[in-house]
Amino acid sequence: MKTSFPRSLQTVIIALVAVGLVALALGGYFNPVTSWFTRLTIDAQTWISTRYLAVADFLTVPRDVASLRQRNAELEVEVAQLQTQVIDLQQKVTETNILSALVDFARANPEYSYKAAAIIGLDPSPFLRYVIINIGSNQGILPGMPVVTDKGLVGRVDAVIAEAARVQLMTDAASAVNVRLQSSDTEAMLVGSVTGDLSLDMISQDAAVTVGDVVLTSGLGGSYPPNLLVGQVVSVRKLDYELFQQAAIQPNVDFNQLGFLLVITNFAPVDSAPLIATPGP
Amino acid sequence: MRRGILVAIPVLGLATMLQTSIVGRINLLNGAADLVLLILAAWGLQERVRNAWIWGAAAGLLVGFVSGTPWYVYLVGYLVVVGMARLLAHRVWQAPLLAMFTVTLIGTLVLLMLTYLERSLFEVSLAFNLSFVQIILPSILLNLLLAIPVHALIRDLANRLFPAEVVS
Repeated sequence: MKTSFPRSLQTVIIALVAVGLVALALGGYFNPVTSWFTRLTIDAQTWISTRYLAVADFLTVPRDVASLRQRNAELEVEVAQLQTQVIDLQQKVTETNILSALVDFARANPEYSYKAAAIIGLDPSPFLRYVIINIGSNQGILPGMPVVTDKGLVGRVDAVIAEAARVQLMTDAASAVNVRLQSSDTEAMLVGSVTGDLSLDMISQDAAVTVGDVVLTSGLGGSYPPNLLVGQVVSVRKLDYELFQQAAIQPNVDFNQLGFLLVITNFAPVDSAPLIATPGP
Repeated sequence: MRRGILVAIPVLGLATMLQTSIVGRINLLNGAADLVLLILAAWGLQERVRNAWIWGAAAGLLVGFVSGTPWYVYLVGYLVVVGMARLLAHRVWQAPLLAMFTVTLIGTLVLLMLTYLERSLFEVSLAFNLSFVQIILPSILLNLLLAIPVHALIRDLANRLFPAEVVS
């Protein structure tokens, strides 16, 4: 037996079921079902997507490695170039700082004319403390001209050729500079040594010399201009049976870090050799 | 012969530049190595070299010109080094490194003693003990350390310039 509903009734039933389902959904009764379905869908999509990406990676990796290697090589070259530039710039900054200090010194001491020079070498003999600078007679440099940095006296020009000059440092064993102690206005002689240490000699026994006294050039003898900073007294040796006191000096200039120098070009050293008496015939 | 003399100019010029700019800054106490002396010693020890004396004279004049030390000190010192090397080259040829060490040791001592004497006699009195401990001994040690690599380089140079004759 076949039961048949009228078509309109079927439509009404379907509409009622649909409205009921919508009402249940709006009422939140389907939340567990929808969340389960959503989770299932997301899991499935994740699985598919992951597998797809794995396959895609597998197919495209060889090309990427090659391009990455090329890119890596390019970047390495660029990094090397940049590192070179950084080192170059750091060196320039250091040089600029040194030159800036030298310019400040020149401005603070306008009574002298200066020529800046770079040290390009040391004397080949370990017995001598001389440096070679990159300016010479073509730049107006003459033997005997004093050499300074912003920290103070360095030495004097010993020999000159057209484009270079040799400077005798005041730490050289044969160097002798007439100086004075600023606090007591005592005259003394600064001498170097084979080890590069500086010491004061010919200090009168009556003079009051204390550690920390500032040492300046005296200008006596005309070899160096007066009042150039030399260093400080670090120790004093006074023995009653000796004619003079002695003192060790810490130079203001760091002779191990010398890079740039200033040659005082308008100071003419006095040649006192003709004044020294020689034994007659 | 002529090749050896022509090569002397760039080799000794470069050695002097390296000495004044780099090697001289590497100090042990107050001593420093002498690259030119080592090159002369190694060159003089090469069997087939015939112009070592010219190298010695050229190096002496060149370094003497650069240094504050009078030129004759380096000229005499380097000629002594070459003479010693030529003397030993024909006697201990089976042990070239031993000969190199001997020439380096005695040559450095002679050159530095000459410098010391010149300074002490004509310029300023120097304490011998201090000079020996602070300058001469450390310089000898540094020269001995550099002797092997310099000998190897100069031997290669000499072999290129004066290849061994093949007897057929």
